[in-house]
Amino acid sequence: MLTVLLAIAILVVLALVFGAILGYANVRFHVEGDPIVDQIDAILPQTQCGQCGHPGCRPYAEAISNGEAINRCPPGGQATVQALADLLDVEALPLDGGEEEPVSKVAVIREDECIGCTKCIQACPIDAILGAAKQMHTVIADECTGCDLCVEPCPVDCIDMVEVGVTSRTWSWEKPQGVGAQPVNIIATDRQVEAAH
Amino acid sequence: MQTPAVYSFHGGIHPPENKAQSLNLPLGSPRLPDELILPLGQHIGQPSRPLVEVGSRVLKGEAIAINNGFLSSFLHAPTSGTIHAIEKRVVAHPSGLSDTCIVIQPDGNDQWIELEPLDNWQDVSKTDVLAFLAEKGIVGMGGAGFPTQVKLQGAHKHPLTHFIINAAECEPYITADDMLIREKTLELILGIEMLQHLVNADNVVIGIEDNKPTAIASLQQLIRERQSSIQVAVVPTKYPSGGEKQLIKLLTDKEVPSGQYPADIGILCQNVGTCVAAYEAIQYGRPLISRFTTLTGDAFKAPQNVEVLLGTPISHLLKYADLNEKHLSRLVMGGPMMGFTLDTPEAPVVKTTNCILAASTKELPPPAPEQACIRCGMCEQACPAGLLPQQLLWFSKSQEHEKAEHYNLFDCIECGACSYVCPSSIPLVQYYRHAKAEIRDARESAVKSDIAKQRFEARKARQEAEAAEKEAKRLARQNAASAKPAAKKPTKEAPKAAPEPAVANDDAKKAKIDLAIAKAKLKKLEKSLLEAQEKEHTEEINALQIQVDETQKDISELERKVAAAPNATPTKKASPTGMSDEAKKAKVDVALASSKLKKVQKQLVDDPDNQELKDKAAGFEADLKTAQALLDKLGGEAKAAPSKAKTALSEDAKKAKVDMALASSKLKKVQKQLAEDCDNDELKAKAAEFEKALKEAEMRFAACSGESASAAQKSDKPVMSDEYKKAKVDVALANTKLKKVQKQLAEDPQNTELQGKTVEFKKVLKEAEARLAALEAPSLQSKEATPAVKNTVDTNSDAQRKLKIDIAIANAAVKKAEKALAKAQTLQSEDIDSLEQQVAKAKAHAQSLEQTMKNGSQSANTAPLDSVTDDKAAEHKEQLKKQKVTTALAKAQVNKLKRQLDAEPNSEQLQKDLASAEQAHQAEAAKLEQLTNTQENR
Repeated sequence: MLTVLLAIAILVVLALVFGAILGYANVRFHVEGDPIVDQIDAILPQTQCGQCGHPGCRPYAEAISNGEAINRCPPGGQATVQALADLLDVEALPLDGGEEEPVSKVAVIREDECIGCTKCIQACPIDAILGAAKQMHTVIADECTGCDLCVEPCPVDCIDMVEVGVTSRTWSWEKPQGVGAQPVNIIATDRQVEAAH
Repeated sequence: MQTPAVYSFHGGIHPPENKAQSLNLPLGSPRLPDELILPLGQHIGQPSRPLVEVGSRVLKGEAIAINNGFLSSFLHAPTSGTIHAIEKRVVAHPSGLSDTCIVIQPDGNDQWIELEPLDNWQDVSKTDVLAFLAEKGIVGMGGAGFPTQVKLQGAHKHPLTHFIINAAECEPYITADDMLIREKTLELILGIEMLQHLVNADNVVIGIEDNKPTAIASLQQLIRERQSSIQVAVVPTKYPSGGEKQLIKLLTDKEVPSGQYPADIGILCQNVGTCVAAYEAIQYGRPLISRFTTLTGDAFKAPQNVEVLLGTPISHLLKYADLNEKHLSRLVMGGPMMGFTLDTPEAPVVKTTNCILAASTKELPPPAPEQACIRCGMCEQACPAGLLPQQLLWFSKSQEHEKAEHYNLFDCIECGACSYVCPSSIPLVQYYRHAKAEIRDARESAVKSDIAKQRFEARKARQEAEAAEKEAKRLARQNAASAKPAAKKPTKEAPKAAPEPAVANDDAKKAKIDLAIAKAKLKKLEKSLLEAQEKEHTEEINALQIQVDETQKDISELERKVAAAPNATPTKKASPTGMSDEAKKAKVDVALASSKLKKVQKQLVDDPDNQELKDKAAGFEADLKTAQALLDKLGGEAKAAPSKAKTALSEDAKKAKVDMALASSKLKKVQKQLAEDCDNDELKAKAAEFEKALKEAEMRFAACSGESASAAQKSDKPVMSDEYKKAKVDVALANTKLKKVQKQLAEDPQNTELQGKTVEFKKVLKEAEARLAALEAPSLQSKEATPAVKNTVDTNSDAQRKLKIDIAIANAAVKKAEKALAKAQTLQSEDIDSLEQQVAKAKAHAQSLEQTMKNGSQSANTAPLDSVTDDKAAEHKEQLKKQKVTTALAKAQVNKLKRQLDAEPNSEQLQKDLASAEQAHQAEAAKLEQLTNTQENR
C-alpha cells in the first residue's frame, strides 16, 4: 500500500515540477504575435488590393491562419497559392476565379483629363499617387502595385491600368519546351559541328 | 623572368578551335558607316543618361551620355557628326527587343575633340584616376561590360595577391584579343603597369592559352626588354579557361567561394582589351569609342579582325567582310558557345562585342530536338564550376527554385559545356537561365512587396494618427465649451474692479483684463493637459506643456504690470487738486449711484420684464442725476460752460442708450423664442413692438449724440443698417422655418400640408432675400463700380469651371455606362435595355450640360468682346466651336454605330443607321472645314 501511495506522491510531485517549468517557460519565452501570420503575410504579394475580400494583405493572412481558403489572391497567382499550400501543408487549390496568370500592371493617369479631385489619392492603399486638390495627379509608377483600387473612384474615368511591358532589361529566357521540342536560337550545342568534321 | 606555376580546373571541353580563319588577313578598318547607333545600356548596371539633344553637333570623342548612378558608364561619340535621333532601335540582345539608342549621322570629317590626357597619373590620387577612367567610359571588354572603375574600387577592399590579365580567349573562332596583343603589345604592357600602379598587387600575371604562340612570343620579348615584373602564364587550351573563376583556379589554385567575388580573396582580373583602353584613356585622353572585333564564319569570304567604331551596324561589317548571303544560316554575336543569335543585322556593335559569327548551316546546324535525360553523368564531368547539372536540370524543370538555389544554381557561368556534351541534346543552359531569371524576378517582387507593405503600414499609421488628432481636437473643443463659464467669471470680475479706480490709467485696466484672460486660459490648458496625460498622447502633452509654460510666463509679466499700475494711480489722482471735500463727496455719490444703476441695468438685461427692477433703475437714475447735478454745480466754477452742456447732453444720450440696450435685449429674447416656435403670432407681434421701441430709442440716442457730433450722415447709416438688419433677420427666420419644414417633410414625404408649407416658406424666403438684396444694392452701388463688375466676371468664370467639371463627370458617367452596356452585351444579360436607357440619359445630360456651357461661354465671351470692336470674329469663333462640337458628336455617333455593327454584323438597321450617320458626319465636317477656311481667310 505504501509503495502505491509513494508512487502516486512521486508522480504528483514530478507533475507539479514539470508543470511549473512549463509554466515558467511559457512566460519566459513568450512569442509576441502569431508567427504563422507573419509567414503567410510574407508570401502574399502586398498589393493591398482587397480582391480577397479583406482590407489588405495582413487581414487576409490572419484569415488564412484561421482557416480561410488560400486561393483568393489573384495578384499572387497560382505561385502564391502553391507557396501557401507548401507552408501550411494543405492541398493547393486552383485560383479562385479563373486560371489566368497575373500580369503586372501599373496605373497611369491621363493627366490632361484629371480634374484634381483627390479621390484616387484617398483610394491608393500605398500612397503611390501624388497630387493636391484642383492640381493634376500622377502615379509614382515604381511604387504602384497595380491593385486597381484607384480606377473606380475616379469621377472622370481618367485612370488606365497599363501592362508593364518587357524591356531588354526585364526580359528573360523562355523555358525550353521540353523533350522532343526543337530549341530555337540556342547556341552552346554545336556538338553536331564536331560530328560533321 | 620566371614562369609561374599553372594548375588545373575541373571539367572543361575541347571544341574545335576554328581560330585560324580569321588570322589570315591583317587587321582591317572599315570605313565610316552611314549612321552609328549607340545603345544607352552597353554595360552592366543602369543605362546612361543622354547629354545631347537631337540635332546637336558632336565631335569625335565628345561625351554624349553620362553615367546614371554608381554602376553605370559614360558614352562618347565615335566620330564627329550630328545627333540624328534618340530613339528605340533594335539592339544586340538575345531577346531581339529594342532599346533607347543615340543615333549619330557622321559628317565624314572624323574630327577629334580636344583631348586631355591624364599626364600626372602617377602623382594624383587613385580615386582621381578611377574617376578619370569612368569619364572615359571604360568598361570590361571581356564579355559582361562591368564598369572598370567599380571593379577597381572593389579591389581595394583587400590587399591583392594577384592581378590577373585575362588573355586566354578560350571560345572557338574568336581571335580579337590575340590580334590586339599582336598589334598593341606595348600599349598593353603600359596599360597593365598603369592598372598595377592603381591596385598594387603582389603578382601580375597574364594568363594566355597556348594556342596563341605569336602573341605569347611578342609579349615575352617586350617584357624581357622592359625588364618588367609581369609574368606570362601559358595555360593549356581548354574551354572555358577564359572564365574568370576558371582562370583564377588555373593560375593560383584558389577557388572563388560561392556568392563571392575574386576581390574577396585578393585577386583582380582584367581583360587585355580593358588594359589597352585604360592606357589609351590615360596616356592620350581617348575615350572608349572603338574595339577589336572578329568577323568570322564560313559565310564570310574575307574573315578577319577589324578595329571597329562602337555603334557600327553589323550589316555594315557584313558588307565589309564580303558576306556570302547564300551560305549564311545563323548570325551570332559572341562565340559559338556563349553567344546569341541575332534576329537582324541592323543591331550595332557595342563595347562587349568581341565576335560576329556568320555561320553556315554546316558550321552551326540547327540544334537537334531535346531528348530525355539518360543520366549518363557526362555533364557533371564537363562542368567547370563543379556543379551537378543533372540535378539542376530536374529542379529547374520542376520549378523547385529553392532546391536549385541550394545546389548553387547561381554559380553556373552558363558556359554551355554541359549542353555541348549532352548526348540527349538537352538545352541545359537555357533551363538554367530561365530558372535564374525566375528566381531573380521572385526576389525583385519580394523586395517590391516589402516596400509596398511598408508604405501600406506607414499610411495606416498616418491615418490612425490623424484620427487620433481629430478626436483630441474634438475633446479639446468640448473642454473649452465646458470651461467657458469658468473663464467668464474672471473677465466679469475685471470690469467690476475697473470702475473703482475709475481714474486709474487704461494700461492698468488692460493689464488686469489680460491677466484675467490669461489665467482663464491657463486653467483651460491645464485641464486639457491633464486629460492628455491620462490618455497618453505624448505629442499633445509636449505641445500643451509648452503652451502652459508660456501662459504662466505671460501671467507673471502681467501681474508685475498690474502691481506697477496702482503705484502710478495715486500720483495721477493727486493731480486734480483744489477740489473741495464737498466735490469729493458728490463725486463719490455719483460713483455709487452710477454703480448701483449699472448693477440694476445688468439685472434688467437678464430679466427685461421685471417691473420692479425698472422702477429701481428709474430711482437710481434720478439719484444719479441729482448727485451729478450737485457735482456739476460744485465743479461748475472750475469747469467751463461748454463742458457742462456736454455732460447734460451725455446724460440724455446715456438714458437713450439704456433704453436702447433694454429694447434690443428684449427683442433678441423674443426672436430666440420665435426661432424655436416660429408660428407663434403673439411672439411675432411682440417682436415687432420691441423692434419699434428699439428704433425709437435708437433714434433718440442718435438725436442726442447727433447734436454733439456732426452726425447727420451717420444717423442715416444706422437707419439704413437697421433696415438691413431687419431684412437679414427675416431671411434667417424664413430660412430656419423652411429647413424645419423640409426636415419634417423628409421624415414624412407624403404630407401634402407640409409640402404646401415649404412652398409658402420658400416664397417668403425669396421675398426676404429680395428685400435684402434691394437693401444691399445701393450700398454696393455706392462702392466702386469696377469691383462689382469684376465680381460678376469672377462668378461667371467660376460657374463655367464648375460646368466644365460637371461635363467631365457626365462624360465619365456616359463612358462608364457604355462600358457596363458592353459588358452586359457580351454576357447577353437581360438588363441591356435599362443600361441602354441609362447611357442615353447620361449622354443627354452631358449634351445639355455642354449646351449650357456653350451658352455660358458664349455670353461670357461676347460680353467682354462687345466692348472690343472685333465682334464678328468672336461670333465666328463661337460658330466654329459649335460646329466642331457637332462634328465631334456626329463622329462619336458613327463610331458607336460601327462598334455596334461589329458586335452584330448582320443587322441591316444598324448598317442603314451607320450610313446615315456617316453622311451626317461628312456634312458636318464639310461645314467645319468651310468655317475654318473663312476663319483663315480673315
